[in-house]
Amino acid sequence: MKLLKIILLIALLAVFIAFPFVFSDPATTTIAVFTLFFAAAAVGWNIFSGYTGYIALGHAVYFGIGAYAMALLCQYWKIPAGYAPFFLLPLTGLIAAAFAVPFGWIALRTRRHTFVVITIATFFIMQLMAYNLRFITQGSAGLSLPIPFDWSADFFNLPFYFVALAILLLALGTSWWVRNSKYGLGLLAIRDDEDRALGLGVNTGPFKLVAFVISAFFVGMVGGLHAYFNSSIFPPFAFDALFDVAIALMAFLGGMGTLFGPILGALILVPAQQYLTIISQSSGYNLIMYGVIFLAIILLLPEGIIPTLSKRWNKWKASRNSSKLTSAIATSPGSEDSIVVESSGKGVEQ
Amino acid sequence: MANLNLILGAVITGILTGGVYALMSSGLTLIFGVMEIINIAQGALVILGAYLSYWLQANYHVDLLVGLLITMPIMFFLGLLIEIVFIRPLKLNRTMLSILVTFAIAMIIEGVLTNRVGANYVELNAWYVDASFKIGNFYLPYIYVFGFLLSVFLLSCLYLLLYRTKFGYSLRASMQNRTAAELIGIDIERVSAITFGIGVALAAAGGVAFGATNLFNPASHYDLISRLLVIIVLGGLGSLRGALVASIAMLVIGDVTAVVWSPVWSSTIFFIILVAVLVIRPQGLFGQPEGRKQ
Repeated sequence: MKLLKIILLIALLAVFIAFPFVFSDPATTTIAVFTLFFAAAAVGWNIFSGYTGYIALGHAVYFGIGAYAMALLCQYWKIPAGYAPFFLLPLTGLIAAAFAVPFGWIALRTRRHTFVVITIATFFIMQLMAYNLRFITQGSAGLSLPIPFDWSADFFNLPFYFVALAILLLALGTSWWVRNSKYGLGLLAIRDDEDRALGLGVNTGPFKLVAFVISAFFVGMVGGLHAYFNSSIFPPFAFDALFDVAIALMAFLGGMGTLFGPILGALILVPAQQYLTIISQSSGYNLIMYGVIFLAIILLLPEGIIPTLSKRWNKWKASRNSSKLTSAIATSPGSEDSIVVESSGKGVEQ
Repeated sequence: MANLNLILGAVITGILTGGVYALMSSGLTLIFGVMEIINIAQGALVILGAYLSYWLQANYHVDLLVGLLITMPIMFFLGLLIEIVFIRPLKLNRTMLSILVTFAIAMIIEGVLTNRVGANYVELNAWYVDASFKIGNFYLPYIYVFGFLLSVFLLSCLYLLLYRTKFGYSLRASMQNRTAAELIGIDIERVSAITFGIGVALAAAGGVAFGATNLFNPASHYDLISRLLVIIVLGGLGSLRGALVASIAMLVIGDVTAVVWSPVWSSTIFFIILVAVLVIRPQGLFGQPEGRKQ
């Protein structure tokens, strides 16, 4: 079973690596690049919000800080276009993470709704700062980044694709590690019952803050990469309210707190959104469609795809096992078996 | 300070527009108090209310304030509909899901408005929007006073509804403890739906006053909802008194900042005050400290 999973993962990775070579049309690879950007950001977001249950709707702040850090560092150090800016990505992530420490500290003093609202407020503060601190951000005129002119149109998307894939894998690895560590168990305990977790000795404050900062790090890296991909940034692009909600929605769709849920959500939603933007003729149409999809997902699949499917699967397996058992009971009565089977079935979940 | 007059004027307009914000945020905080959900669509509903008045005026020459007699009932039923169709089916994790659902509704409203009326900025017009009168050295358009009076009138009605009617008792009981209210026989779903309707109708009324004092377009709701959220969190979620005090305080501070420093910073001050207050009082000015949920 474990071997099968590993083989499946390697096959999946091979598909991701082969994708831009098989579908090498720039229009397709552009959508693929965006999908990976959002997948990496959603996996990062999930490390905090999915595991702790605190819904942060202000992660565009760290995306924007990453984007501006990239632009400013390139300007300041006169980084030439090409592969060099990619090496700045860890630094942009760290800068975003550094901003996340005070913001997270303030926001995490509160819980539930108030927390959500404060994350939204930090988003608007930073958007206004991007407009108003002209001596740093150039206000609404925006900043431009080096453009790699010697990359041909066919080749242009490839470096971004693989760097985004690398960030996604790093985020996924971190998410996997957190999920399987004692630290991650502490986060899940906070999600289930924070006061009890505190009572049982989980140091909830630092636990939450560290997860918040880790998630900001990945979102910041994505921001830096996206800025270089776009080659210019403006306040409404770097600090975009839709980004806040889009990554949350992706994690919701796939399954909050699951390892692959956010990626699945991004794989479905980003191409859908790109497609809607392309086909929509009249203005506002894509907003309506996006909102309707959004509503349908939440009302029909409130738990997300992966948890719903794994529940169905476990139920199906349990019913199959129990029907086997009832026939087996006739020969050897061992009713404890069925209990063991059911609990192990539950353990498979996630 | 030669600008003392300007500051005085800023304080007066701050108090008057603060009344309008109190109207919009009281709907939001009322919905939160009863249903424990944050209605992110409140800003979009305010804008929708403003556009409804705009449409009535442009096509049928209905005066803005008279038009409220038509728009408020329409918006009330729209609120009922939203609650019944989209909020009520949420059973698990409704706190968080409701934020996403109402955000989706806000997006749909914005999309429909952009599609129908375009993204151009408009402003509501009436004789009292252009005409102004003089207090001291300072000219004040009538609309500020009318908007404030409208807010005072509607908030008084809300007060009477909450404290002098049987429905008000059920509503306040639901605010104090949803489960216990249900146990003593209050039809909590009915109370929730009507509360949502009232909140949305108040948004429509706020929309007229907002639309007459500001240029707006379908995307204006982001800015508006962020301010409203700041106000209700600052006042304490679910506290009407908090919403009133916070609205007026925020608007006065914002307007004074615009005069003595620069208009571009007035919104930032808004948010910085929020953060500063929450560091000291995480539950807001008048909020109850969050306890363990049963």
